[in-house]
Amino acid sequence: MYSYNDFDEAFVRERVAQFSAQVERRIDGSLTEDEFKPLRLMNGLYLQLHAYMLRVAVPYGTLSAPQMRQLAYIADTWDKGYGHFTTRQNIQYNWPELKDVPAMLSALADVGMHAIQTSGNTIRNVTADQFAGAAADEIEDPRPVAELLRQWSTDHPEFQFLPRKFKIAVTGSSTDRAVTKAHDIGLRMVRNDAGEPGFEVIIGGGLGRTPMVGKIVRDFLPKADLLPYCEAIVSVYNVLGRRDNKYKARIKITVHENGLDVMRDKIEAAFAEKKAQFDGVDQEMLAEIEQHFAAPAFKTADTSGYEAARLANPAFRSWTDTNLAAHRADGYSIVSISIKKHGATPGDATSDQMGVMADLAEKYGHGELRISHEQNVILPHVHQSDLHAVYSALRAADLATANIGLISDIIACPGMDYCALATARSIPVAQEIAERFDELKLEHEVGPLKIKISGCINACGHHHVGHIGILGLDRAGVESYQITLGGSGMEDATIGERAGRGFSADEIVPAIERLVLGYLDLRHDADETFLEAYRRLGAAPFKAVLYPSDAKADAA
Amino acid sequence: MKSPQVITANALLEGDAIWLTEDDRWTRDMAEAELIEHEAHGAIRMLFAQSQPSVAVGVYLADAKPGANGPEPTHFRETFRTRGPSNYAHGKQVELS
Ligand code: SF4
Repeated sequence: MYSYNDFDEAFVRERVAQFSAQVERRIDGSLTEDEFKPLRLMNGLYLQLHAYMLRVAVPYGTLSAPQMRQLAYIADTWDKGYGHFTTRQNIQYNWPELKDVPAMLSALADVGMHAIQTSGNTIRNVTADQFAGAAADEIEDPRPVAELLRQWSTDHPEFQFLPRKFKIAVTGSSTDRAVTKAHDIGLRMVRNDAGEPGFEVIIGGGLGRTPMVGKIVRDFLPKADLLPYCEAIVSVYNVLGRRDNKYKARIKITVHENGLDVMRDKIEAAFAEKKAQFDGVDQEMLAEIEQHFAAPAFKTADTSGYEAARLANPAFRSWTDTNLAAHRADGYSIVSISIKKHGATPGDATSDQMGVMADLAEKYGHGELRISHEQNVILPHVHQSDLHAVYSALRAADLATANIGLISDIIACPGMDYCALATARSIPVAQEIAERFDELKLEHEVGPLKIKISGCINACGHHHVGHIGILGLDRAGVESYQITLGGSGMEDATIGERAGRGFSADEIVPAIERLVLGYLDLRHDADETFLEAYRRLGAAPFKAVLYPSDAKADAA
Repeated sequence: MKSPQVITANALLEGDAIWLTEDDRWTRDMAEAELIEHEAHGAIRMLFAQSQPSVAVGVYLADAKPGANGPEPTHFRETFRTRGPSNYAHGKQVELS
């Protein structure tokens, strides 16, 4: 794992010292809120509905066991004993008091973490495939590149005042687990005809008010050209991007208004200039960073105990069926720990649970943890001979829910339970859907299904790319929920289509139930997923089950 | 003025919701807030509220209605601010009781 060098360490410490002084000056009245607000946002501190919220970056979703333990300590010491993992692979604390925030940042710096550039019109935390460095289908670990991008973008003087925020996602596998097509820049690793690894470069994706699937600006970019090429993209955007209208300022609009060809020409021209200025330092840095990400020393051990435990224990078998993914090393599995217990808040882990996960990572997982954009925690390297012990410990900590990828593995943003921008709540809707399908004992029969819920048009809950998306709105002073259908955040990225008029808070869970039961009737066979059935049949039969009275009226 | 209003903000130090009272205090219990019925008076009270940046952040006027114990919210967002989140017993729903 990457650990801070002296430069990183000094930089982060200096920022903590600066912010401590700024907080003091705000409290003693020498700074006004207008002066202080941009400063606190630069350090990840938001003011929400009920309290301040501190957003901490988890670069490319990777955490060490001591870092996870420190997150637990912070939750216990200065918050209410829990943290919320977000779709940006960050962690948020919902209840800090202003005077405590410098101490929290200092505790983060102790383990090489910070909250810098989690806000503002800068390049935000670079996100990555949560299975990076472990997935069987991976070409190369994308994290060294993500770390290089982090170092390059952190405090980059040219890019501190972009037209709008800027998000980069990178995946080392052609299976897109990082939603690269919904980012300002998406980097998907592919091989060229000669078998060399490089990147398919995607620009102009994004959700929010105007959702757009990103467009491929370069089919194949050699790895060595990554930094000058990204710098070219951001510099073209920095000049062309609109600053007159906040809603038209993201690069997706720049691409849309100027056209992909114009963008590509400008980017290639800028790239030619930049490339000449890059004298290879970036490649030396990358080589140095790569050493930090060397694969752990995988062990070999007998796995017959694992097979026997699977046969003997149906609950364990069910968990291994849903929560494991294929690892590149023989005898290993990737473990997804569901932070989506039925009825619990998606993405919330208590400090005790964080402690258990840190211990398990240390004991059985080569010390590594990951946060997924789907708000779960991953142990990327667990030998199969240890899976039963891991499962038993997770069970004792209430963390063994066997639902990864199923209907109750719901993404939900904080919504109006916390977020000052929200137009409706999202958490209770997620809780009720998960509880309802648990009660019906149907979720395994329903199979892979991604429900994603946002509490406003900003779409932090990725509702546009949910197989079923739910958007909470304020309709004349009442919470109202709009359903979208057929979205996907994978390599076949698709923006879901609006199903029709919204549902009230009381109607939304029954509507989802009708929709899913309707799918069970409509599907070809048990192997046809919700998304496949939707793509085959189109929206009409799904709308008919969602709005039965309309269907009757049409027939009459 | 369409609806009576209250003046509300977040507390600088704790960040939670606060309301302005008739006797120039900030309260955490909305029922103690001053219910403002006239626009001109609202403007004067806003000036006062905004002159307290070391207590109140993000001051605004929110619609309210008279209730048995004092002003009550009319919009669900303002109702949540008097209570706290719905997923845990945190915030005013436990702190005020
Ligand atoms: S989608 Fe809206 S409500 Fe949800 S976290 Fe983002 S800004 Fe807040």
